Amino acid sequence: MPRSRSSHQSHENHSLAAVIPFIGMPAGPAVHNEIDPFILGMPFPLGWISVWVVLTAIIMAVVYLIDPANREDAP
Amino acid sequence: MTAALALIALAALAALALGLVARAGRDMDLEQWAVGGRGFGWILVFLLLAGEIYTTFTFLGASGFSYGLGAPVYYILAYGSLAYVIAYFLLPLVWSYGSQHGLHSQPDFFVRKYASPSLGVLVSIVDLVALIPYLVLQLTGLGIIVTAAGYGAIPKDAAIWIGAAIVTVYVIMSGIRGSAYTAVVKDILILVVVLFLGIYLPLHLYGGIGPMFEQIAAAKPGFLVFPASGQSVAWFISTVLLTAVGFFMWPQSFGAAYSAKDARVFRRNAIILPIYQLILLFVFFVGFAAVLQVPGLKGADTNLALFKLATQEFSPAVVGLIGAAGVFTALVPGSLIAMTAAMLLSKNLIGVLRPEATDAQTLALAKWFVPVVMLVAVYFTLTGNTTIVTMLLVGYSFVTQLFPAVIASLMPRNPMTPAGAFAGILVGAVVAAVLSFTHATIGSLFPALPQAIRDLNVGIIALVANLVAMVVVSSVTRPRAIPAA
Repeated sequence: MPRSRSSHQSHENHSLAAVIPFIGMPAGPAVHNEIDPFILGMPFPLGWISVWVVLTAIIMAVVYLIDPANREDAP
Repeated sequence: MTAALALIALAALAALALGLVARAGRDMDLEQWAVGGRGFGWILVFLLLAGEIYTTFTFLGASGFSYGLGAPVYYILAYGSLAYVIAYFLLPLVWSYGSQHGLHSQPDFFVRKYASPSLGVLVSIVDLVALIPYLVLQLTGLGIIVTAAGYGAIPKDAAIWIGAAIVTVYVIMSGIRGSAYTAVVKDILILVVVLFLGIYLPLHLYGGIGPMFEQIAAAKPGFLVFPASGQSVAWFISTVLLTAVGFFMWPQSFGAAYSAKDARVFRRNAIILPIYQLILLFVFFVGFAAVLQVPGLKGADTNLALFKLATQEFSPAVVGLIGAAGVFTALVPGSLIAMTAAMLLSKNLIGVLRPEATDAQTLALAKWFVPVVMLVAVYFTLTGNTTIVTMLLVGYSFVTQLFPAVIASLMPRNPMTPAGAFAGILVGAVVAAVLSFTHATIGSLFPALPQAIRDLNVGIIALVANLVAMVVVSSVTRPRAIPAA
């Protein structure tokens, strides 16, 4: 099935966006393994991970929206 | 106490009833039994995939882990979300290939993709070695939960036998439908219980989550951040990545992918499941709340942290409700594991010896294997064999060894040969087993390396050995192919 240039482009974009959590999630504890500052009442590493869990869901929602596979006319 | 016992008994009966009702109005052929007729919408698939989050291991283990070791427990929250990101891309491909070729199990996938029944046998063995200890763990957890929540009135062995019998009956009758339907009640119960405990206990005992962590930090400095060596930041990062990769290689999760009605089911779930995972945070809170309240638990007793604190703080009715939720966390994953193991034995091991078997014969045999699998698991649970604990650690690294061959097979042109995949999985599994049984770490193997590298998860070595063997053997067995880097 030949892909149009635009759908190929957006395929790469949405795959690329999905890489972000793999970097963001471990980055906090890697750079700053200290208890302060607390995030939402939690020690920094735990707060950071929790925030990134939510960000991961948001990123995946964006990925879902720009992924041509989820368009109404997609198989 | 009577209230607690009544609630636990009610949970067991409800699980059995739901498990049986799940088959209503359906002709339970192999398609229905193993993959739910490939008709599950996002909610049922969600529950099957989320089932992995709340097993007894998370319920007891995650709270016990927080209580006993502190910060390293954070990794459990991190890896699941990343696993779902991988699932967004992986599961639709597995699903479409599965429905195209009428696959029922994970080894089926390898047999088809690599046109190699012997690869299917190897994968089945790897899967079974991982699955049986996992089932034992659920039964062990069930025994602990029922004993603790029943104030010791129900003997542990009786709880394990009854639990195993319930699972056996409804798996035989309803297959994967039984697991999916009981999962509905399980997830509602666990959600209520965990949110309540995780919010109420820190608030009531410490005046809030922030004050709780401040008091723990003051009493145990360093407990809430990763230690400088051992389960350090390097350990955390490598373990999160390795576990995320292995997550959907568990045959019961991989196989659950076949039950979806379309590919979008998985993509939608990749958005919801990370959020759902956050509930784990409240399990951590319970474990942390116990740190200053029920001090002194050591070793395996740390698994009791949640119940020790609950029996100290609540009336028997509440403890019973926690116990009821706990019963479901053991039975639901247990049922999916038992069904998967029985299917592997019937279709992918015995099936190789009798390729002419019809679907009806494969199903009939699989149903016979359900009680066999459960009896083996009960045996290991009751004898409390210590190697089983080590085997469980091996389990995760075992299934992770399937990842490279799965990914290679999904490429437009598979760079790996069947022999290469076979060699990679075999070498990876053997290395993983040796490392686990000798309790080796990268630090103990290579003491001269910098601390950060010494702390990396030892599973990386098995995965590297796997990749090397796969690429080398693939290039030898297909001389003109270009080996993938």
